[in-house]
Amino acid sequence: MIYYTKDHEWIEIDGDTGTVGISPHAIEQLGDIVFIELPEQDSDVSQGDGVAVFESVKAASDIYSPVSGTITEVNDPLADDLSSITADNAKQSWLFKIRLNNAGELDSLMDEAAYNELIAD
Amino acid sequence: MSQRHTPLHEFHLAHQARMVPFAGWDMPVQYDTGIKAEHLATRNSAGLFDVSHMAQITLDGETADRMLERITPTDLSLVAEGTMRYSVFLNETGGVLDDLIISRLDGRLRLVVNAGRAEHDIAFLNANLDSDTLMSVKDDCALLALQGPQAETVLASLGANLSGLYFMQLCHAQIAGIDCMVMRSGYTGEDGFEISLAAKDATELAETLASHDAVTLAGLGARDTLRIEAGLPLWGHELDETITPVDAGLTFAISKRRRERRDFPGADIIMKAIEAGASRHLTGILPDGQRPVRDGAILELDGQTVGHISSGGFSPSLDRPAALGFVDSTISKDGQQLVAAAGGRSIEVTTAALPLVPHRYARPPK
Repeated sequence: MIYYTKDHEWIEIDGDTGTVGISPHAIEQLGDIVFIELPEQDSDVSQGDGVAVFESVKAASDIYSPVSGTITEVNDPLADDLSSITADNAKQSWLFKIRLNNAGELDSLMDEAAYNELIAD
Repeated sequence: MSQRHTPLHEFHLAHQARMVPFAGWDMPVQYDTGIKAEHLATRNSAGLFDVSHMAQITLDGETADRMLERITPTDLSLVAEGTMRYSVFLNETGGVLDDLIISRLDGRLRLVVNAGRAEHDIAFLNANLDSDTLMSVKDDCALLALQGPQAETVLASLGANLSGLYFMQLCHAQIAGIDCMVMRSGYTGEDGFEISLAAKDATELAETLASHDAVTLAGLGARDTLRIEAGLPLWGHELDETITPVDAGLTFAISKRRRERRDFPGADIIMKAIEAGASRHLTGILPDGQRPVRDGAILELDGQTVGHISSGGFSPSLDRPAALGFVDSTISKDGQQLVAAAGGRSIEVTTAALPLVPHRYARPPK
């Protein structure tokens, strides 16, 4: 099951762990990405915390954690291959994996249909 | 608030531009090509920009020259027929109300001012007009910028031989059979042209230029990265009411005769800065790593504030982050290590001489 935030992060749930990235729509909106900062492995984060930064040519954008939990894995190679972050490749361009400590938070997120409606506006 | 549309609005949408609000206008920040590619295409071949949001103003009347000399430090006698000069509107403390281009064609003075300051500038000009000077804002005109080393060749292929027109000169020309006023100028550091024409002809000319193999459509994003590399100021960043032209490295805009006569607004302050040195100066800033620094970051040396970043982003030509910033005049404009601090984060940076990428203007032969 995949969920989305209004800030264009996605989280795909597998058991007690979620994989987090940003949506194809967000990747398109950012344009050329020139630098990313990813979270530290093993760090504890709360839902809505700024956990990563995407720097495009024009601006810096914070990426917020969709849920609370512990960062279990970070996609570090992504920072050295920024050109691979494309809208077609949003799933492969995941940022980190997080062990949820409150699965109930998922109820505050959108499903794919609701998210697609959001970005259609 | 609804945004104003340039005559090329439909053209932008048809070419898949991403539109953003800018200074009250709905403008293309980039096309499908993307900012980096649009930037590099301009440096390597030619980029086509819609800059119709800038206000084009004409002044008619015998006292127009004198009026402009009251509010700028430009010697208007140097603005000969068919030439143009960079200038600034000054306040009484030597601060910059806006920067502009003053040109003369057919005996008539023409100004181009920033979109974001147009309303201010028009009111300011009106307040300074003599009764026999007539001001006209050319809302019925578009302005295109064709910038890059292939720009002259592209226009020649459309019937406009401009090889005899040099940097900061202007003339009438027909491009693909369309009547235009062509200025050899721009905001990229490259050779290139700014083309004023009737709004009704703008889409036809833009389509003709865009269909040329050497031309890539470019938006405001690339315009900004190009001008940062070229060290060219943007009002609100490198210029405002509290920044003198001397601070911003624009002393050249203060004409010799005006310096001698000290007869422009803020002359005491500006002449003191020229003669004794300004307290700060504009410099290039290169972050040591891959992370960009942005407008507003504080520049520090040994924990002391010595300046700030005025514009920051990424330089596609240098393939690294790049910025402009003001530093105290005690700080070298080349090779000084500093720290840029913003939002609790510190980034090591080094000052670098401007321009960061050399200008390649078509200057007249000596």
